[in-house]
Amino acid sequence: MTLLGNLALWLAFLMGLWGAVTGFAGGLQGRTDLQRSARQAVFAMFAALVVAVICLEVAIFQHDFNVAYVAGRTSRNLPTFYLWSALYSGQEGSLLFWATVLSLFATLAQVLTSARHRAYLPFVAAVTCVVAAFFISVMLFAPANPFARLPYTPVDGAGMNPQLQNPGMVFHPPMLYLGYISITIPFAFAIAALMSKKLDVDWLVAIRKWTLLSWLFLSIGLLIGMWWAYVELGWGGYWAWDPVENVALLPWLTMTAFLHSVMIQEKRGMLKKWNLALILSSWLLSIFGTFITRSGVIASVHSFTQSNVGYFFLGFLLLAVPATFVLYAKRLPLLEAESTLESMVSREASFLFNNLLFLGIAFSVLWGTMFPILSEWVKGTKVTVGPPFFNQVNIPLGLALLALTGIGPLIAWRRASIPNLRRQFAVPATSGVFVLLILLVAGMRDFGALMAIALGGFVMGTVTQEFARGTSARHRQYGEPLALAALRLVGRNRRRYGGYIVHTGMVLLFVAFAGMAFKTETQATLRPGESVTLRSPYGHVYTFTHVSVSQYDALNRRVTAALVEVSRDGKHMGRLKTEKRQHVDALGRNTFEPSTEVGIRSGLREDLYVVLGGLVNGTEQAVYRFTINPLVWWVWAGGYVLVFGGLIVLWPGGGPPAVRRTQAGYAVKLEAK
Amino acid sequence: MNAGTKFAIGAVLIVGSVGYLMASGIKETGQYFLTPSELAQKVSADPSFYDLGMKVGARVVPGTVEKETATQTLRFHITDGTVSYPVVFRGLPPDTFTDSVEVVVEGRLQRDGVIHATDVLAKCGSRYEAVPKA
Repeated sequence: MTLLGNLALWLAFLMGLWGAVTGFAGGLQGRTDLQRSARQAVFAMFAALVVAVICLEVAIFQHDFNVAYVAGRTSRNLPTFYLWSALYSGQEGSLLFWATVLSLFATLAQVLTSARHRAYLPFVAAVTCVVAAFFISVMLFAPANPFARLPYTPVDGAGMNPQLQNPGMVFHPPMLYLGYISITIPFAFAIAALMSKKLDVDWLVAIRKWTLLSWLFLSIGLLIGMWWAYVELGWGGYWAWDPVENVALLPWLTMTAFLHSVMIQEKRGMLKKWNLALILSSWLLSIFGTFITRSGVIASVHSFTQSNVGYFFLGFLLLAVPATFVLYAKRLPLLEAESTLESMVSREASFLFNNLLFLGIAFSVLWGTMFPILSEWVKGTKVTVGPPFFNQVNIPLGLALLALTGIGPLIAWRRASIPNLRRQFAVPATSGVFVLLILLVAGMRDFGALMAIALGGFVMGTVTQEFARGTSARHRQYGEPLALAALRLVGRNRRRYGGYIVHTGMVLLFVAFAGMAFKTETQATLRPGESVTLRSPYGHVYTFTHVSVSQYDALNRRVTAALVEVSRDGKHMGRLKTEKRQHVDALGRNTFEPSTEVGIRSGLREDLYVVLGGLVNGTEQAVYRFTINPLVWWVWAGGYVLVFGGLIVLWPGGGPPAVRRTQAGYAVKLEAK
Repeated sequence: MNAGTKFAIGAVLIVGSVGYLMASGIKETGQYFLTPSELAQKVSADPSFYDLGMKVGARVVPGTVEKETATQTLRFHITDGTVSYPVVFRGLPPDTFTDSVEVVVEGRLQRDGVIHATDVLAKCGSRYEAVPKA
């Protein structure tokens, strides 16, 4: 199997090189035979990589522990579910997974792109082939070969890190990878447009959906990652501003900025240079993120083992950044704007400020993440910044962005008039002030949280007003019943109303973030029967009583489980279980350090979060940490809403072309140009 | 004043406040990240490094870990091979904390020569990847 796997890797590598050469040459010289060859190289590369993936999965499922990768990540007693995820749970396997998914996207780009954009395809094939070939070369030459064999055959494998044995961890990496990887496609289209000098509005249309797709994957990946950190790592939160989280957030920020500013280009022919730069840098940031994650240059809990894989990525970045920049700079004269900003009080201006804020956040996150390295270079001493820095900088910027989320849709394109503004802002502003007053009366005094929720009320006012006006207009015009009118409104204007649903998701997320300002926790060492109380931010008193400890063997672990009884204001609420797990191999030997299973009781208002710290000298006396996390549930709810809205925007179709042209306002201008 | 100029003023305001927020953020929350040797050097050159919040990255000295579960107190020594410091930490150590693991200790070095930690992060070199045993 490893022989076949190695052959497949080499074949894929050669196909990648061939596709790169023929794609660029065919595209530049206009030779259709070379273009066809590049296209077929993409397909062949994808096929070869699928064979390699199958080989690795077969080795994993056959427990072929002579293969170093299989021995290092799995064991005989690992549940089948996690045998699947073993494919990408280690460095080598995840490189293979990455290359394979990229070649899948490359194939889809070749097949699905409409005839109008055919001219870009040879270049797209070439760029995707270069990137895929690079990833394969890391496996072959770093070397990080998933098919490498050991000089001996261990009886059993080392097993998978218990923290990866969680359903969230089965889906989080692939989703995040899908987001990271799929950015390559819009990037490839951007490069294709630059090289072929076809920089009209067409390439934007080709790029926008791909960007939206990777934005959606990346959002899902980030959300599942937050969920995993929350339920599995046991420190009580879902976002720690860890370097690896930060670098995954960076391309998300630049892509979100792009998805907004692209509208200005479609509608007004402005910001061409800016949009192109956003797409190019999103991709460079995704490679940068991969470099940070895999090289271990910045200490992070997520780091892979340090290896020379990092140097490969650094080298690739050092080639890709100047190459991209030079190509971009050479084409700048072709990217002149077709119109100028007419008024500060216009949709365009609010989008521009929105973009600046996104970039400001991205820059500060990048700066804070790189600061230990930068300060060491400049001053010789490492200075680190942590969550306080990121919160201090990003809370004000995030709030300003939230305000713009409510303002943007209310302002007309080009130039808004005073009566128009009064008509538009009355309801949303009232709803924001109303929410603020309720919170003040309820006794909330945290400035950031007050602002976040009040601005949330303002944005919801905007969204509701937009939906209400659109629906009643249809109701009047076509005589449709209200529910049908609302559904058709969304269906016929997917981009606009899907976007508002995404905004709603963001509001829920902001409200949930605000809740974390009121997190309370306590630690206690309790004998059975003893209890501790904790006051929730809503004024309720929770009592946690230590009930008992039990120890037993499960599938691949020894479990120490502690039971806690919870009551609120003296009223019984149920029991929570929290565990310490010592994972063992098939011979009963300990593997890895013990891990914690958190006891969580999730509610609309707050989560109870109980962590077992350990037992005192093997007695039944237990050490606990009890945390009340307000509004965490709304993070996941907001996430679902956001993904749902994203899907609506992304969904293909949207009525016959005639309807689409009149309804989707942006398309009108597109066709007119 | 045309719209472009007005926008430029707005942009400068935003960029300026981002810059200001970042500079003040680093000034107020930045912490030195030192090895024990660097810390010893800094302290002997400038006593104001006592009782200053910082992070120290080092390795736990095997055999020095004392856990008092009842009071949730953890005592251990950290070293970078040349200089070593005793550390006291009250709270739950992370799952990955064991003898000889690499740690990042956040806290203050007191005049008694002990680092009073407010947080201990354990970094396991092979965090996601165990070494197969023969």
